[in-house]
Amino acid sequence: MKEADHHQDAIIATNLRKTFADIVAVDSISFSVKRGEIFGLLGPNGAGKTTTARMLTGVISPDGGNAAIFGYDIVHTPIRAKQRCGVVPETANAYSDLSAWQNLMLMGELYGVPKHYAEERAKTLLGALGLLERKDQKVQGFSKGMKQRLILAMALLHEPDLLFLDEPTSGLDVQSTQLITGMLRELNDGGTTIFLTTHNMEEANRLCNRVAIMRKGEIAAIDSPERLKMAIERLHTIEVSFDPAGTDDKLASLPGIKSARREGDKWMITTEDVDSTIHAICAFGVEHQLKIEVLRTLAPTLDEAFLRVTEGGSYEP
Amino acid sequence: MSPEHIIEQAKRAFAIAKKDIRIYYAKGPVVIFGLFMPLFLFLAFAAGNRGLSMPFLISGLLAMTVFFTATAVSPVIQPWEAQARTLERLIACPITMKTLIAGDMFASVLFGIGIAIVPLGIGLILGIIPIHPLLLIAGIILASICFSSLGLLLSTPATNVPSNIMMLSSLLKFPLIFISGVFIPVEQLPFVGQVLAVCSPLTYFTDIARYCIMGTNTFPLPVNFAALTVFSVLFTALAVRLHARTVSRRI
Ligand SMILES: Nc1ncnc2c1ncn2[C@@H]1O[C@H](COP(=O)(O)OP(=O)(O)OP(=O)(O)O)[C@@H](O)[C@H]1O
Ligand SMILES: [Mg+2]
Repeated sequence: MKEADHHQDAIIATNLRKTFADIVAVDSISFSVKRGEIFGLLGPNGAGKTTTARMLTGVISPDGGNAAIFGYDIVHTPIRAKQRCGVVPETANAYSDLSAWQNLMLMGELYGVPKHYAEERAKTLLGALGLLERKDQKVQGFSKGMKQRLILAMALLHEPDLLFLDEPTSGLDVQSTQLITGMLRELNDGGTTIFLTTHNMEEANRLCNRVAIMRKGEIAAIDSPERLKMAIERLHTIEVSFDPAGTDDKLASLPGIKSARREGDKWMITTEDVDSTIHAICAFGVEHQLKIEVLRTLAPTLDEAFLRVTEGGSYEP
Repeated sequence: MSPEHIIEQAKRAFAIAKKDIRIYYAKGPVVIFGLFMPLFLFLAFAAGNRGLSMPFLISGLLAMTVFFTATAVSPVIQPWEAQARTLERLIACPITMKTLIAGDMFASVLFGIGIAIVPLGIGLILGIIPIHPLLLIAGIILASICFSSLGLLLSTPATNVPSNIMMLSSLLKFPLIFISGVFIPVEQLPFVGQVLAVCSPLTYFTDIARYCIMGTNTFPLPVNFAALTVFSVLFTALAVRLHARTVSRRI
């Protein structure tokens, strides 16, 4: 239910920490998410994204630090904090022995939504997510994409002000993904704050106002996708292909080139100095009597920013 | 109404109970552990002891079925939810651990009360009509609450394999049958058995059932009801505390 209050921050996390035995899953992270934002949490496998989301949704309790949802402490006033949130966990299922409709009505009851209103909402959501004809079928027979859409509908039934999604589109086809991201954008336009974790840089780039990149339980960078990309601007990528294609690896040893790797029949070259590198490549072509088929410079992507920040992928030649 | 309000939480507990009943009523353990098992134990015992009266056997069967059924569902609900990956979504809802336990317990209590119809029906067919029906109903309700809370207590180990929990609870449940006056009257037990019988909540319900069906009893009635109440409160309080601690380890 919508509640009129004046907290500017939907989420404030302060020194949140969680350890499992000797693994520090989340290492005293602090950040805040503004009301109305779409905030993305990125990071490689095992970075601690899910653990962070679980602490913020009150599913596991932090070992240290605290978090507030619209000013409600998640440990001390969990009911009020949870009442404001919709949650799509990473590996969650609807009750497979119940129908889609029954699952939605259960959520309505658990969030204290008046019955007639819950029914109306359920119809709207099922319609918007393309599940209306299947509403009385048991979830058992649903495909992965249908289940995920149902889980989203279940999270939205009580019109939460803040929506948590842990990898909402992983493993889904293009249609389901677009349906979900479209819905998220619409919700955000309507004022819903969204916190999502994802591996999909393109999705984060298109959807998020701000992203945090996690690495080994810590936040390695936090900024808007554009600014994160700009931060690595000094490293440019040049794509080039020659004819005949079988060029030897001498290319990588040209001056000014940081790395060169083959991708199919193309070479992907990274450099700090675009101008001199292009000149060097042209000279290289002339010297070896190679015809340049394609030569273009690519702006840095969030992928690259991500790789740089997490140091996950080295620029192997 | 504030979501923290007790009435609001009670409504949500009721929603959880409704869900449990819808999902678990037809699942194996309820039928097998709750109904068939006591029925076969009963038949085996009745065949071997021709000297015992039918009212004695029926009251024993009633005690056994209520006990087995109420302790069949409640211990496996949470491991089951964890395994089916529905638990995380459930505890992300604005409900307290007390609400969750109350919901699961309520479902289990209804199963216990419902199953009581079977042995009572068998009794009626055989011409056995309870002498104190109202007292018997009260006893069945209280016993279902008590046994359900015991069941919930049994499910606190943080394992997500329902069959592990079922094994553990069977390990406790079967011995209880033999020391709680179900087949052998408490008076005929050796001293050690009598001491153990006093510690078993099943003893008191068996005694209530005997009194209401055939008019004989070992303990005074108020003692029986008081004992079941104390056990219920104790088991429930413990279950809430322990579940609050283990639930996050399940996901
Ligand atoms: N319940 C748990 N018990 C033990 N260790 C855990 C548990 N949950 C998470 N961890 C550990 O904490 C670390 C962070 O895990 P987490 O699931 O938060 O990562 P993630 O960023 O969500 O990864 P992914 O992208 O694969 O989903 C990992 O090393 C993981 O092994
Ligand atoms: Mg994860």
